Amino acid sequence: MLKILGQRLLRLLATLFAVTFLSFFMTSLLPGDPAVAILGEAGVQNEELLNQVREDLGLNDPLPVRYVNWLGNAVQGDLGESYINQGQSVSGTIVQRLPVTAQLAFMAIGLAVLFAVPIGVLGAYRQGRWQDSVSSAGVQVALAVPNFITGIFLIWLFAVKLQWLPASNWNRISDKGIVENLRTAILPATALALTQMAIFSRLVRSDMIATLQENYILSARAKGLKDRYVLFRHALRPSSLSLATIVGINFGALLGGTVIIETLFAIPGLGFRLINAISQRDILVIQGITVSVAVGYVLINTIVDLFYTVLDPRIRRS
Amino acid sequence: MTTTEPTVSLDQPTVVEAPKVQQSGVPREGIKPKRASVLEVWRSMPLTVKFSTVWLILVFGGAIYAKVDTTIFDGALPLQDPNAQTNGFSAATGEFGDGEPLEKPSADHWLGTDAIARDTFSRIVHGGWVSLIVASVAAGFGVIFGGFLGALVGFVRGRTEAVIMSAIDVILAFPALILLLAMVSIFRVRDLLIISLVIGFLSIPAYTRVARATSLAISQREFVLAARAIGTKPGTILRREVIPNVLPVVLSYAMVAAAFVIVVEGSLSFLGLSVQLPTSTWGNMINLARADIKVDVMQAVYPSLALVITVLSLNQVGDWFQKRASHRASAL
Repeated sequence: MLKILGQRLLRLLATLFAVTFLSFFMTSLLPGDPAVAILGEAGVQNEELLNQVREDLGLNDPLPVRYVNWLGNAVQGDLGESYINQGQSVSGTIVQRLPVTAQLAFMAIGLAVLFAVPIGVLGAYRQGRWQDSVSSAGVQVALAVPNFITGIFLIWLFAVKLQWLPASNWNRISDKGIVENLRTAILPATALALTQMAIFSRLVRSDMIATLQENYILSARAKGLKDRYVLFRHALRPSSLSLATIVGINFGALLGGTVIIETLFAIPGLGFRLINAISQRDILVIQGITVSVAVGYVLINTIVDLFYTVLDPRIRRS
Repeated sequence: MTTTEPTVSLDQPTVVEAPKVQQSGVPREGIKPKRASVLEVWRSMPLTVKFSTVWLILVFGGAIYAKVDTTIFDGALPLQDPNAQTNGFSAATGEFGDGEPLEKPSADHWLGTDAIARDTFSRIVHGGWVSLIVASVAAGFGVIFGGFLGALVGFVRGRTEAVIMSAIDVILAFPALILLLAMVSIFRVRDLLIISLVIGFLSIPAYTRVARATSLAISQREFVLAARAIGTKPGTILRREVIPNVLPVVLSYAMVAAAFVIVVEGSLSFLGLSVQLPTSTWGNMINLARADIKVDVMQAVYPSLALVITVLSLNQVGDWFQKRASHRASAL
């Protein structure tokens, strides 16, 4: 077990190193001179001043040196300052906005799993009958609807037609309390959840169909256990392992999805900030958000991986 | 059944007769099953797959027609100008057009007009072009580079595999859309070619994984062992035994991947980060229409339907081809 842990840790470090380097390298290719951005039009005339700022920012150093310097600062939580909103630190922005995105992502995953498990179990239990056909067709359609389309029509139905929920904006729990917070969070979270729900329930269904043919299911049935008990206690547990993996893998897609959904609903999360930074060419903000999202994704996948190893003795031994 | 030509049964895996041992070289002519004709493939499709195929032909055929119309015939073919504002001033007639923004569907404008009075039907037909190109370029990149890399590393294994797969894993360690956004923002000019190339490049890792998995399995098979045993060069084995068997799986994956790519391009367009306006894409049409959903939700519905039905169709056809490809692989 310790050996596995050590290997995983080593691989994690290597991946983190590669991921941070790649993001740094990529964002260093972004067009626009940061020195010009900071000095503004006036500074462009003054060659000496321009060079001075470049020197201060370390822009004249070779790329590997800049990467090491940047990484050293990043590890201490210093990702630089926004060029556009001067004085605003990138890590401060991230810390302020991360909770919003995290809440959205976790709510979406929660909703997706909550609905996917019963749908998938039903499909497997009623395999080939109408319940299965209906849910499978629903899953196929849900897989084909991009989240921004879901989002628009949720806004249309619940905010425009029924006027039950606000169409955009975000209430922080600390400001308005949990109820107001949920009122702004439920539509975007649902829009994010739909595709994931389809993916999860398809997985649960196919996994369960395989599990239901195992001998221990037959013996559980033979000793007279109720179907529901067999399904949720005996059959679901092994299937939930692959569910856990796919949840981890799909977390990345979800983080990408939050960018779109936050833009659509005008939610002050990381994704919305990223899109703003891209349109303003605010390089350090793009860099900081890209790196932190990628690092977060890698960390989550590693945790899921470990979790999986702990849960499933078959993998632990091999 | 005494004929030497194996008959192809469409619903079941093709049963191939044992290859005849030839005088020299690699015995392979007998392994190749007869190719099913287009008509036979069509007959063997389930109804949903037939509908999907028809839809895809209509949408992408329409997109090509629209492109031919604007580039070769200068808009002379019967399809309205996707960028003309029907209420705008026309130099030809010297008058303002009688169109209005957000018109309801009529004989003139089959799906009405958008927020600045352009014909929605024409914009949807034209919008298919961007999806078609992005999906094709991504599939091309994926199949050629990803498919080859995967087939190669699955066959040669060893250090090459370790190096290439860790590079692939690093790219896959990013949330795809975030990486795409970062890459897209590097370019100042956003034309179709650049968007397609970026998405194409980012498609390679997934194809590599699919191809590698298939290649690993194929490389263990007895016909590869046999080829090794008679001293065939590794390059020849890769080319004649491994790649031909990896290809069908990769190609059928390309369909499903194309559906995903179309959604990704739609998302980029929706965020305003894909091709430049006024080129219509389904994504930017949806984005434009969402400002007016209080007035007329249908303008958002039409392009959404075009996008969703296309993605659904590609998934259906892709799934079906994947099933066929895996049947074929298990029948080898």
